[in-house]
Amino acid sequence: MTKIDSKIPEGPLAQKWTHYKEHQKLVNPANKRKIDIIVVGTGLAGGAAAASLGEMGFNVKVFCIQDSPRRAHSIAAQGGINAAKNYPNDGDTVYRLFYDTVKGGDYRGREANTYRLAEVSNNIIDQLVAQGVPFAREYSGYLANRSFGGAQVSRTFYARGQTGQQLLLGAYGALSKEIKRGSVKLYTRREMLDLVIMKDGRARGIIVRNLFTGKLERYSAHAVLLATGGYGNLYFLSTNAMTSNGSAAWRAYKRGAWFANPCYVQIHPTCIPVHGDYQSKLTLMSESLRNDGRIWVPKKKEDAEKIRKKEIRPRDIPEEDRDYYLERRYPAFGNLVPRDVASRAAKERCDAGYGVGTGQAVFLDFKEAIARLGKDVIKARYGNLFDMYERITDDNPYETPMMIYPAVHYTMGGLWVDYELQSNIPGLFVGGEANFSDHGANRLGASALMQGLSDGYFILPYTMQNYLADQITVGTIPSDTPEFEQAEKDVQARIEKLMSINGKETVDYFHKKLGRIMWDHAGMARNREGLEEGIKMIQELRKEFWENVRVPGNPNGINIELEKALRVADFLELGELLARDALHREESAGGHFREEYQTPEGEALRNDKDFMYVAAWEYQGDDKEPKLHKEPLVYENIEVKTRNYKTA
Amino acid sequence: MDFKLKIWRQASPDDKGKFVDYDVHNISSDASFLEMIDILNDELVEKGEDPVAFDHDCREGICGMCSMFINGHPHGPEAATTTCQLHMRKFKDGETIVIEPWRAKPFPVIKDLIVDRSAFDEIIQAGGYISVTTGGVPDANAIPIKKENADLAMDAAACIGCGACVAACKNASAMLFVSAKVSQFALLPQGKVEAKDRVKAMVAKMDELGFGNCTNTYACEAECPKEISITNIARMNRQFIGAKLG
Ligand SMILES: Cc1cc2nc3c(=O)[nH]c(=O)nc-3n(C[C@H](O)[C@H](O)[C@H](O)COP(=O)(O)OP(=O)(O)OC[C@H]3O[C@@H](n4cnc5c(N)ncnc54)[C@H](O)[C@@H]3O)c2cc1C
Ligand code: SF4
Ligand code: FES
Repeated sequence: MTKIDSKIPEGPLAQKWTHYKEHQKLVNPANKRKIDIIVVGTGLAGGAAAASLGEMGFNVKVFCIQDSPRRAHSIAAQGGINAAKNYPNDGDTVYRLFYDTVKGGDYRGREANTYRLAEVSNNIIDQLVAQGVPFAREYSGYLANRSFGGAQVSRTFYARGQTGQQLLLGAYGALSKEIKRGSVKLYTRREMLDLVIMKDGRARGIIVRNLFTGKLERYSAHAVLLATGGYGNLYFLSTNAMTSNGSAAWRAYKRGAWFANPCYVQIHPTCIPVHGDYQSKLTLMSESLRNDGRIWVPKKKEDAEKIRKKEIRPRDIPEEDRDYYLERRYPAFGNLVPRDVASRAAKERCDAGYGVGTGQAVFLDFKEAIARLGKDVIKARYGNLFDMYERITDDNPYETPMMIYPAVHYTMGGLWVDYELQSNIPGLFVGGEANFSDHGANRLGASALMQGLSDGYFILPYTMQNYLADQITVGTIPSDTPEFEQAEKDVQARIEKLMSINGKETVDYFHKKLGRIMWDHAGMARNREGLEEGIKMIQELRKEFWENVRVPGNPNGINIELEKALRVADFLELGELLARDALHREESAGGHFREEYQTPEGEALRNDKDFMYVAAWEYQGDDKEPKLHKEPLVYENIEVKTRNYKTA
Repeated sequence: MDFKLKIWRQASPDDKGKFVDYDVHNISSDASFLEMIDILNDELVEKGEDPVAFDHDCREGICGMCSMFINGHPHGPEAATTTCQLHMRKFKDGETIVIEPWRAKPFPVIKDLIVDRSAFDEIIQAGGYISVTTGGVPDANAIPIKKENADLAMDAAACIGCGACVAACKNASAMLFVSAKVSQFALLPQGKVEAKDRVKAMVAKMDELGFGNCTNTYACEAECPKEISITNIARMNRQFIGAKLG
């Protein structure tokens, strides 16, 4: 088996990053102008990286699907961003943030990367404030903090319920500054459809489809950075933006990049439940609601049934007949247990027949908080979320409890990267949700924004430079080589194939079917039999797709059905890899819960002896099983324990 | 619920474009406006016709991508709501609904309901940022900011760049959008250093791109999904005059 080199620097944990920076290679300013970099994605990771690399003097080309970089999926994040500032003086430190993150991820993240994330978290907040991000403030004029699930200190910075929007606008501002200066060139409404690797094995370019003209375009560079977000839309219904997709990562995988831990998918516990087949999207209700809301279902099945039939209302159930199951099962953390724990507990109650609404919902009740704090306080804290809930469901949460259910939210898996955030393909870097690196098997709240910005502002600009230092004599990379030729032909052929099938079913029909299979067989709880069956079903569906999909219109111009078809075709392959990964991982960890591996109380049961590794899959061909590489996870600085949220 | 839709169809920027009538049936009152169009599009695709092209992404009211003019209002008749957050229960069963793209010279139609809003990006590129470089900045708490000012800055920063204000304005003025960004920075100490250059550059760019003038009809404020206040325009005007004088 190939040896995996994760390039973790020598030395004590707290000095690794400093040591790296002291010894990395630099590119002198006059030479930076001779280097081209492609950045795909303008979310927090891509936007921040493109701006920073542009500031340094490199020539950057940045691409996104939307009409403007300001609209990347990152804009939707609500709750906040973590940092170990310890402004509230409640005992936070870099080590504690690191420790919580590794523990929250069920000891399946790489120690050195996670430590570095915690280490640079404080610089991120400084940077954002300098950019004019309007964070919430105290009357003193200093920054305000709040707490989030999975942590016992207040380390979350926020800008109302619009933190992601404000952070992204900060990065977009920095990017706009560089666009004006001319160091960054912006390409909007472009979708990367393939990665180009040269004879020497280095990533040197991309093929994109201009979504406006339909034309295929070639772009070359000395290095390529993918910051294309997660693949949660594989499940069709998710909290992700509609154009979030896994294609860029998948195309890189098919060109040789390893895909790590695809089975780690985070299911967020507090989303508005599904209510009809026409539904396209699930809406998240911020996790911060769990600070005051209490989660319950009826204790008696008959009551649950009557509520479902609308014969009685939630408020007709007396206190003693309510099961506050999180408080019952996890007395120390109660309603604030991490997301994976809360999600599984909701599913367990609903599967056992206690669900409300359609049967796939539980209550999130503010009655007691309103009685204790008054309606005004609750309104000031969560008013905009309550309004949003009412707008979508037509129910008033001040009067009747909200109904919530878990939904697919975030993918911890992604392309494998080393400590430098470089994939196994030289010159291909991956940042943000698109890589696998920092969260292990589960992501704590307010940590994705932190990771995206840490990668973009403070890590990639250093590590990419280290790679580029010996590229200054290479000269401009041509885009008329046989490798570009071939990649463009491959994309062309895929498009022509899709346009020519002319079958009976729409792209969404397949996407919804795939989503259903994934949710039922590789969703919140998985087992061997279900996964094996799921894999067969995905293979059959994929076959049917290529025989029976209908893509109308013309590829030479805006064609939204073609755009979707290309993405769904990739999801139909990625879904199978996800299920395979889940099948091979015979343990439960974080977002991955194998029913065969649980404690008698129904808690996740890890198997550290056999599975404390990153599973990195290598593509071997369409009809061949992928090859598994194992990167052992070594914890030198923390003691690996069983996660426990029952006692403090 | 059933609806009669009159939708603007335009194949390309050079095409003349026209309204086409469609009927949709059995729409759940809980469906969002965009989900209603998804259902129509599914039917069109099944019939082998070209689906209606429209911009959308987050479907949560925050990305600012969805943009359509519904029964004479940008984002439809409900106040403080984007199209993706508008639900069919707000319409009457059997109602006729007229759907058009944003109409403003600086926002050319690309296809059907999709328009090109890159003019907004160009205005931001003219100076809608603080020119700090990455790294080497002071500790975040080294710049205390009055809570009231931080809140006002946040009110202005809530703009999602959707362009409804321009579409609502008879002069296609972009003043509400520009003033929101100018105000956010004008209210914060970090933004003060470049305030004069910023407002001059952004206003000049706005004029250059063909956006009209503000004649105080307040349609922008009424139609803004994020309730951005026109007091921002007043603040920007003060800034602008101040910048010109000194
Ligand atoms: C509703 C919601 C709330 C959230 N709240 C929080 C929170 O409170 N705190 C927190 O820390 N995290 C939160 N998250 C998670 C967090 O927002 C995301 O994980 C993070 O923003 C991802 O950033 P990114 O830069 O990696 O990718 P994204 O923001 O997803 O950006 C991806 C970019 O890649 C581009 N792209 C993708 N594919 C291609 C392609 N093939 N060609 C060209 N361009 C492409 C897209 O156009 C886009 O610009 C939330 C997520 C959701 C959905
Ligand atoms: S000011 Fe309001 S209407 Fe105008 S772009 Fe911003 S959010 Fe949209
Ligand atoms: S789709 Fe994002 S605001 Fe409507």
